[in-house]
Amino acid sequence: MSVLVFTENWDGKFKKLSFEIVSYASKLAEKLGTFSIALSIGNVEKTELERLGKYGAGKVINVSDNLLNILDNQVYSSVIAQIVKKEDAKVIILACNNTGKAIAPRLSVKLKAGAASCVSKLPDSIDPFIVFKKVHSGNAFANIRINTDIKILTLAQNSFELIESENHATIENLPFQIDATLLKTQVKEVQKLTGKILLTDADIVVSGGRGMKSPDNWAPLIELADLLGAATACTRPVSDEGWRPHEEHTGQTGKIIAPNLYFAIGISGSTQHIAGVSSSKCIVAINIDKDAPVFEVARYGIVGDAMKVLPRLVEAVKEIKNK
Amino acid sequence: MKILVCISNVPDTTTKVKFVDDFKRLDTTGIQWIINPWDELSLTRALELKDNPSNGIQCVTIAHVGLITTEPTIRKGLAIGADDAIRINTEPSDANFVAAQLAEVIKANPYDIILCGIESSDYNGSNVGGMLAEYLEYPSVSAVSELRIENGQVIINREIDGGKEVVTIPVPFVAIVQKGIAREPRIASMRGIMTARTKPIKVSEPITLDLFTEVVNFEMPKPHPTCKFIDPENPKLLVELLQNEAKVI
Ligand SMILES: Cc1cc2nc3c(=O)[nH]c(=O)nc-3n(C[C@H](O)[C@H](O)[C@H](O)COP(=O)(O)OP(=O)(O)OC[C@H]3O[C@@H](n4cnc5c(N)ncnc54)[C@H](O)[C@@H]3O)c2cc1C
Repeated sequence: MSVLVFTENWDGKFKKLSFEIVSYASKLAEKLGTFSIALSIGNVEKTELERLGKYGAGKVINVSDNLLNILDNQVYSSVIAQIVKKEDAKVIILACNNTGKAIAPRLSVKLKAGAASCVSKLPDSIDPFIVFKKVHSGNAFANIRINTDIKILTLAQNSFELIESENHATIENLPFQIDATLLKTQVKEVQKLTGKILLTDADIVVSGGRGMKSPDNWAPLIELADLLGAATACTRPVSDEGWRPHEEHTGQTGKIIAPNLYFAIGISGSTQHIAGVSSSKCIVAINIDKDAPVFEVARYGIVGDAMKVLPRLVEAVKEIKNK
Repeated sequence: MKILVCISNVPDTTTKVKFVDDFKRLDTTGIQWIINPWDELSLTRALELKDNPSNGIQCVTIAHVGLITTEPTIRKGLAIGADDAIRINTEPSDANFVAAQLAEVIKANPYDIILCGIESSDYNGSNVGGMLAEYLEYPSVSAVSELRIENGQVIINREIDGGKEVVTIPVPFVAIVQKGIAREPRIASMRGIMTARTKPIKVSEPITLDLFTEVVNFEMPKPHPTCKFIDPENPKLLVELLQNEAKVI
């Protein structure tokens, strides 16, 4: 028996998210009295694969094949399912991101394994196996029992601390026969977001709402983000108006994020917006209206005109950074 | 081509959720039920595709797993413009259960394009679409933000982690859709509401199935710490607190 964790790579590199899920899988394996196996699919250098060991993976399995250069949900889930069987994995961990959400449900049916998505902590109970996840977009949580022999979990981003150790993993390159007839997805064009801090990866996010008044007012907000190494985000009406790109739309119907620090500037704090940011560790709100609902979820607040407060805040951050 | 839109019946997204029976069940008193926001956008897109005759869409059907009490939500979908609907007459217990029920009716009466929302706003599961595709052994594309038909070929934009891809996929397939698929949900016209009354809702009985997962109980989020207000003239204090107290910068 083992715990298998699927670690996605981005152009041959892992991200913090990859290490979070390996840390989680390894801790869970420890609870179950077994070890974790990290599965990497695609072209990743040996030194990069070895990094997974540092977060507790007992073994790293590497599968690469040209057919795997395209994310085809059927191909990927069939590869993972075969490895699950080969390694007798009883729990499978994936990230709760686009890729994880695409593959986990297919795996669940293939393996007759109950799946729970976006769990946010280690199970309190192993037998019965009960996991904890957000429901109603963060307005409540649920404890969910998985009844099947094999269990599949996707882990919510930034919900588990990295655990580093001196552990070294053995690397196993697994030759693999892929059923080419399964490959149905053809990629015609790729647009990568490069040179920007991705909203879903960022530790700090600076976000603006309709209270920013005009797309021309974003300069100080972007300056603040740049100073802090933060990503920028916005509310739905802001992206609907075309003030900011759609990729920045955060909330229930946009991106769900969980940074360590979230600045909500000129944002009222509607339930739908907060649904996308409620897992942030610390929320700072700047709003002209002292009764804005956003202050109910904020840890720090400034009541004032964003246009006046932002430049001052930028100066204050500069001062501290220069120290 | 025929399009099937799977819809989920969820509490209005501004509902202040409460639980009863020792936190085992959602308190449904006073709840306004709506079509899951992503499903409403899927339905809108399906109808937009049908509006253009060159796309060759013959019909847009709604599929829903739920008891008779959810029929008003299905009627809303019919009023928006779907041609007909299938209701599988059972409580939607978990994602696998729902997907298996849907697969059963689709196998008996296949569709070319099946649209599912990326999640339901109540359980936030993100599972039904992918599971359904696997039951049907159809290809699936996730995080779909655009879907169009060009010369009979389906072209899809999907979001990947760190970018976007334009992909093609042969029918039949399942698309799991998110924001972008349609701009604004289509609103029912007066005529739509009138005609919806007589559009057919076919009722199918469920298959029996063991549940893979079950909710043990719910919990409410921890109350937020009260907000510390900082003088707008002194944002330096905020920066210091973020550095030394919250330790986030
Ligand atoms: C089904 C559904 C899904 C939705 N999904 C989302 C979603 O995913 N994400 C999302 O964001 N919204 C979503 N919405 C919309 C949501 O209900 C709100 O309308 C939206 O979040 C409000 O955006 P806002 O805070 O920018 O604007 P507003 O609510 O207009 O708030 C503007 C705020 O700025 C403040 N302000 C004004 N002037 C200043 C100033 N000079 N300085 C500082 N503050 C100022 C005001 O006091 C106010 O609080 C959804 C709605 C529905 C129905």
